[in-house]
Amino acid sequence: MVENVIKALQGGFLVSLELFGLTLLGALPLGLVISFGSMSRIKPLAWLTRGFVWIVRGSPLMLQLLVIFYGPGLLFGWNVWGGSDSGRMIAALTAFILNYACYFSEIYRGGIEGIPQGQREAGQVLGMTRPQIFFRVTLLQLVKRILPPISNEVITLVKDTSLARVILVYELMWEGQRFIKSAGIIWPLFFTGVFYLVFTGLLTILFRRLEKRLDYFTV
Amino acid sequence: MALLEVKNLNKTFGKTAVLKNVSFSLPNGRCLAVIGSSGSGKTTLLRCLNFLETPDEGTVYVNGKLLYDAARQKAYSENKVRAMRTHFGLVFQNFNLFRQYTALQNVTLAPLLAAKGDKASKEELEAIREKGRALLKRVGLENKMGNYPHQLSGGQQQRVAIARALALEPAILCFDEPTSALDPELTGEVLKVIRSLRDQETTMIIVTHEIRFARDIADYVIFMDEGVIVEEGPPEQVIDAPSNPRTVRFLERYAET
Ligand SMILES: Nc1ncnc2c1ncn2[C@@H]1O[C@H](COP(=O)(O)OP(=O)(O)O)[C@@H](O)[C@H]1O
Ligand SMILES: [Mg+2]
Repeated sequence: MVENVIKALQGGFLVSLELFGLTLLGALPLGLVISFGSMSRIKPLAWLTRGFVWIVRGSPLMLQLLVIFYGPGLLFGWNVWGGSDSGRMIAALTAFILNYACYFSEIYRGGIEGIPQGQREAGQVLGMTRPQIFFRVTLLQLVKRILPPISNEVITLVKDTSLARVILVYELMWEGQRFIKSAGIIWPLFFTGVFYLVFTGLLTILFRRLEKRLDYFTV
Repeated sequence: MALLEVKNLNKTFGKTAVLKNVSFSLPNGRCLAVIGSSGSGKTTLLRCLNFLETPDEGTVYVNGKLLYDAARQKAYSENKVRAMRTHFGLVFQNFNLFRQYTALQNVTLAPLLAAKGDKASKEELEAIREKGRALLKRVGLENKMGNYPHQLSGGQQQRVAIARALALEPAILCFDEPTSALDPELTGEVLKVIRSLRDQETTMIIVTHEIRFARDIADYVIFMDEGVIVEEGPPEQVIDAPSNPRTVRFLERYAET
């Protein structure tokens, strides 16, 4: 029994981890693209992007998962995701990446807009090129500004991965929960809790270290 | 021949005309002071000279050569604008030191980047650092080279900013109210540095509210009001014996405070 539980939880944990890692990998850069869109000088593009961000941030991630997974099939008879585990995983990743990219885009936008114009202008006046100004002046200040809100989102993401079970992605919570029905035991669920706590705890420490390393200046 | 010659500069923001036919010239090694109440367009003038704003009309000549012509604006690429900027330096009202760099790094960042772009040797790069240290010494900050901006007082930050601007050896150094963001007891140290630059015949344009300082230091004074040069001449004339009623009113108001 115990062995079965451990195996199941291990499998679930790996799925959760995969969801977490790939979501970050996709959403962190995509968020930057979206933030550029929402700050675009081409007004219709900016409005469109902001509208999209508003919809995604304003509705539950669980709803988005369901719509992305079932929508194409039920609305258009188009079975995009297929029936396999990996198909459902890709559907979940699509929803997660879109959702988190929108959150990140707002954080980036706030960070970029918060850097005083004078920092860039000082670089311009000193004859620096645009890339030089971005990489040597703006970037590190941006990182320092966005690190705290990004770390909040990343920690929320750890816990949000459990939502993927609504489209039958067998992540950690699913694996813990199924023993309630099949064996009438609840302790596997406690273990899932411990997993989440350890995982978020490690991330908290990691982010705190990063923030410490940027403590030597103020923005 | 004048080092700098500005002709008929015009700048509007939306519908407000902020600079109206501003023309002046500045000989090499001289100091020009620009005074005027707030909102009269002084900052905009300096920003136009440093190409942070693009003038709608007007021309700028440096050393007798046409540097900038607003009519040809579209022909100026980003690289061209950067090249044009090298003639000017700008010291901002609120310093704008790079937050994540030490005083010395602030001074050497741009010259080092430029030198690296030109594939400079190790010795050349070290010479730039050495020069940065010398400049900080010159503004009295030899003990603060490793400090970050937040560890410096406003007066010290502004002196670093001056050293940073000097590091690129601009032909014309512009100051935008260099002391108005400072506590009164810190203005002296900055004014002293500017005065020493003046003694070394640095060509300068200073926008300032320190009328007495302007009177002491400037060879020529421009009084601006609502985007127009209302009165200009040597300080003995514009400040001591103004003839335009608007200048008189401005100076009276200044004297009261
Ligand atoms: N970027 C801008 N957009 C719109 N109006 C501006 C801008 N910059 C300056 N102005 C306006 O131009 C006028 C002159 O401003 P400024 O050059 O800063 O004057 P000063 O430095 O003499 O106080 C002011 O009325 C100001 O509101
Ligand atoms: Mg001003």
